[in-house]
Amino acid sequence: MATLGETIREVSRRHLEEGGGLLLGQCVSAVGWVNGTVPDCKGIVELPMTDVAGAGFAVGAAMVGRRPIFVLRFQDFLILNCSPIVNYAAKSKELFGKASPVFLRALASENIGPVHSGVFHSMMMHFPGLRVCSPVTPGEYQQAWDSYMQHDDPMVVSEHRDTYKNTEELPDLIHPRARLTLYPISITRFAAVEAARTLESEGIPVNVVHLMWLKPFDVDARVTAPLRASGLGLVVDPGFEICGAARSIAYELQDATDCKVRAVGLMDRTKCLRPPLQNRSPDKEVIARAVRALVEGRRLDGPAQEGVRNVPG
Amino acid sequence: MRSATFNVRSELPRSTPAADMLFVFERMALVRYFEMGVVAAVKDKRLAFNVYLSTGQEAVAAVLSLVAKGYQIFGQHRAHDLFLAFGGPPEKLRDELLGLPSGSNEGKAGSNCIHWHDDKMDMYGHNGLIGENVPLACGAALANGRPTLCVFGDGAVEEDYLLAGLGFAATKKLPILFVCVDNDMSILTPTSVRRDWQIVDVARSFGLKAVDLSDDPWTLLAQTREFTAALPALMNVRVCRGHWHVGVGIDGPPEWDRYAMVKATLVELGHQQRVNEIEEQTRTAMEKLWQPSAKP
Repeated sequence: MATLGETIREVSRRHLEEGGGLLLGQCVSAVGWVNGTVPDCKGIVELPMTDVAGAGFAVGAAMVGRRPIFVLRFQDFLILNCSPIVNYAAKSKELFGKASPVFLRALASENIGPVHSGVFHSMMMHFPGLRVCSPVTPGEYQQAWDSYMQHDDPMVVSEHRDTYKNTEELPDLIHPRARLTLYPISITRFAAVEAARTLESEGIPVNVVHLMWLKPFDVDARVTAPLRASGLGLVVDPGFEICGAARSIAYELQDATDCKVRAVGLMDRTKCLRPPLQNRSPDKEVIARAVRALVEGRRLDGPAQEGVRNVPG
Repeated sequence: MRSATFNVRSELPRSTPAADMLFVFERMALVRYFEMGVVAAVKDKRLAFNVYLSTGQEAVAAVLSLVAKGYQIFGQHRAHDLFLAFGGPPEKLRDELLGLPSGSNEGKAGSNCIHWHDDKMDMYGHNGLIGENVPLACGAALANGRPTLCVFGDGAVEEDYLLAGLGFAATKKLPILFVCVDNDMSILTPTSVRRDWQIVDVARSFGLKAVDLSDDPWTLLAQTREFTAALPALMNVRVCRGHWHVGVGIDGPPEWDRYAMVKATLVELGHQQRVNEIEEQTRTAMEKLWQPSAKP
């Protein structure tokens, strides 16, 4: 059974060898080939260390029809590289009727310090014209790729390095007596499944509705029915909570159902190198604590406090 | 530095085919008279949006339109000249400036984001970050291998991503003609206040052919033909723009008016009648285009 990483590599290989595509990035054909996700084949453009301009090269290639895959090895680099993406690629179809379909692979990481552990898909959701998703299974990645090829919009794919070895699909977990519905994103989806097991053993059954698509976010029956049944919701995201994906989606869910939905993401602090200052993605303990608080009618601590995220118990 | 004569080859007007320079003058006249209509429309409040005028720098686009036919074009925020010189429909540009759905971009983009594709022209729009078009042009040329024209100003060359783009074009030997339309002024700040280096020196250090010259169209034509025979290359062209960075304001008479200079030289070369015909036809067409009753 193929891993997610192997799936990414094979999707890319077919695009480059059979689809006339390009793959651009910095150090993509160096040691490791981006955790084994980049194929050794034609169509690879090793970019100079030109953040901003590098993304512009990819957008230019997209404008003339090459459907480039643009690889950012760390989402932290989005801060520089997103300029041509949000100012040009995201606007060109609406302004000029000329699409710039870039497939932007942005890799998130964990525990490797303040400049390489960023999870920044939230800021890419802010801009019109971009589609944003975060696949963590082989099947989801193929779905994301197929969707990209069926549309002509630029797409931001928020990947997480810690998911590349995954071979399993992640179906929604629906419990007939669920007291809350979890909506986890990216790497927190695995933690949410673990937290659900722990909570069920404590007599707190919960649903887990997995979120791959962040924008557009379809507020359909798949996501609303479990929430209406359980009455409470919690969106979990590995990015910063303030102005982040979790809060935005929680608002949409609450608005659609009138059910109480809350959000948990990262604290409003830099992700430092050493524990306990790493400001890690919400793990199963953090998620379970937040669920217990909500079902008991308590408020969650805000992201400026360490409370529910770091305090044991 | 502002100069009307920098690296100008004064012998060229007598050896350049008259048809070439009459074509260039016709394109220059089109831009000049079109923008006279823009100025009038702004002054009588028919045009309420920002405009970025090319008046004074028309020779650059006019010469490029003669030599770089069929190139994919990545223009800057100031691109009325490129659009018109390369054959964009004037009525479409007028309507775009007026913010009408019948405009070149359905009135969505305006003066500083002009984009047009038809059988005569392949021009990609600009979105306002000066110099952003350089990486885009590099990516497009890398992806499809087509001859590419990329135009920007003297402020844009200070953008880090522009410099990275020049380096990439040199490394990959991309078929791009880079043209810096150098007005020696970024909004209100002269170049000498902003930097003490020249873009041609930077371009040469990357391995690009590069030349610095004033906007004399005879010299510019010869240089463009030489450079386009083997790209990539960069030309820094000294111009004297007539209006402010944005809008129709002026700071007094320009140090030189290339349009008037070209006209005088063509007359001196014996082309008075043809010059008069071009001016009259263009003036009439543009006055009709911009007459108040032409559009609501």
